[in-house]
Amino acid sequence: MSTTIIPSAPQTSTAFGDLQTPHTKSWQRFLRVFLGRKVVIFGAVIIAILIFVALTADWITPYDPYQQNLRESLKPPSSAHWLGTDALGRDTLSRIIYGTRTSLAVGVNSVGLAALIGMTLGLLAGYLGGWISTLIMRCVDALMAIPPLMLALAIGAALGGGLNNVIISLGISLIPTYVRLMRGQVLAVKQSDYIKASEIIGSSDLRTMLAHVLPNCLSPLIVLITLNLGVAIIAEAGLSFVGLGITPPGAAWGSMVNDGYRYLLSNPILSFAPGFCVMLVVLAFNLVGDGLRDALDPRLRGTL
Amino acid sequence: MIVFVVRRLIETVVVLVLVSFIAFSLLHITPGDPALFILGDTATPERIQALRQELWLDQPLYVQYARWATNLLQGNLGNSIVFRESVAKLFAVRLPITFHLGIVALFLSILVSIPAGILSAVRRGGWLDSIINVSANLAMAVPIFWLGILGIYFFALNLRWLPVQGYTAPTDDFWLSTRQLVMPAICLALVPLASLTRQTRSSMLEVIRQDYIRTARSKGLSEWQVITEHALKNAIIPVVTLLGMQLRNLVGGAILVEQVFNIPGMGRLLVSGVFGKDYILVQGMVMIVGVVVALANLAVDISYGYIDPRIRYDE
Repeated sequence: MSTTIIPSAPQTSTAFGDLQTPHTKSWQRFLRVFLGRKVVIFGAVIIAILIFVALTADWITPYDPYQQNLRESLKPPSSAHWLGTDALGRDTLSRIIYGTRTSLAVGVNSVGLAALIGMTLGLLAGYLGGWISTLIMRCVDALMAIPPLMLALAIGAALGGGLNNVIISLGISLIPTYVRLMRGQVLAVKQSDYIKASEIIGSSDLRTMLAHVLPNCLSPLIVLITLNLGVAIIAEAGLSFVGLGITPPGAAWGSMVNDGYRYLLSNPILSFAPGFCVMLVVLAFNLVGDGLRDALDPRLRGTL
Repeated sequence: MIVFVVRRLIETVVVLVLVSFIAFSLLHITPGDPALFILGDTATPERIQALRQELWLDQPLYVQYARWATNLLQGNLGNSIVFRESVAKLFAVRLPITFHLGIVALFLSILVSIPAGILSAVRRGGWLDSIINVSANLAMAVPIFWLGILGIYFFALNLRWLPVQGYTAPTDDFWLSTRQLVMPAICLALVPLASLTRQTRSSMLEVIRQDYIRTARSKGLSEWQVITEHALKNAIIPVVTLLGMQLRNLVGGAILVEQVFNIPGMGRLLVSGVFGKDYILVQGMVMIVGVVVALANLAVDISYGYIDPRIRYDE
């Protein structure tokens, strides 16, 4: 990811009506590039299916994902249970369907948390500079010295398991990238004449930051957010696999892989199916993220 | 150059002090009394009081930190709550195991990714480029713990080519050790491999279209010479930066890989520490890894001067 990216859609064009034309053209160009590649559409379709399944899980699951039935335990795939049943006789397909909720909830919330905090800190560090910038960036360096999964585990250890704590610990471990990217963007945008103009007409720092700097820094951050959704989902799966994620009856793909691992020889599908879902969803977010980058930033087209 | 190294050294020390704040505060973000949280409701009041004293929880926060940091500087990481043994001793046994796994994975990823990235860039748009791109995309998306399980199922349980799990020191039985390490090392190498390949490809593409490459070609140099002697030298710099950052991925990945393949390294130790609410162990681990990562980044920064003669620090 490059550090300085020219925003494709100038959003401070209100003073000149004729700037509206390139605005719509760039929007058309965005759609053309974005939808022009089959893999990106493939990724977008997977994400759409994921969201649909997560929203309608209550209606489309064939069985209750928490309903135990020991007489039906460890059944191979059949017409009654398409992906078989686990050691407690719960339907694997239903649990995978409910797992989409966990993945999406953790992905969206932890990335949202990280983006909100990280972008705020990056904006402050880049715009204000000075000792505030030094302080923020050294803290970011310190956070970056600890591997994200390890940091998430350590924070999780202190806070305990459960959905909210997983979101908090993953969110914190994702913050540094946003601060760095946002700061780099702000430093580049700050040099523009319209920022100087805004300062000259006496706008407050807050107004300049929110109304002029922020909107012109967004496109690479949108790409990062998309790519990070995949990162968060795979990290959540890792945490759940280790056992420090969603607490037992809850359905999470990572813990399903771990539960199935014990029955690998007899029922490999118990591990294979949920892990495959993780891969598919992460791949989808990565493909869409790459597509967004190519569409939002013409300079990177064809090189990455 | 010396000024730069000294400045980076000071920065590294500042970062490590901040890492120590993070590690220290882990014990204190627990809900309620840390001693009670660690030992659980069933512990006797005497036991809780003893632990409070052992962790200096009855002292003011700054005294606690000062004592903890002083011990840290003397190499005393405290005693593990779960293992009832010195944390430094626990690390001494497990660190070499994770290091062995990590170094093999790192070499594997460098050996594969740089040639793959170059090939992909040189044959841009061809079928080889497509295959390498698709593989890199898949490798970034696959959960490595799941890939490990797939590997165990196919190569160990069904084909019986490789042992299922476990770790043997290479000094005990080199052949068995290597066979046991094949799958874990591949799984661990995967993420660095994919990102290094992508970076090599894109920075090669950037360099290849520059004028001096055209000049080199028109001088009549062979394509091999142009690529290895002219293009690669400039393309490799961002790859080295990324290489420095891969250490984090390797440590994070080792946690999962060691869990799947039952390797008694730092990753498994961390997981048992987390489940045993062994904060002393977790704090020590965060510190050790923080030091290693910070020093690696320092080494990468300093090495730029040797890789790229255009970079001069004293300006």
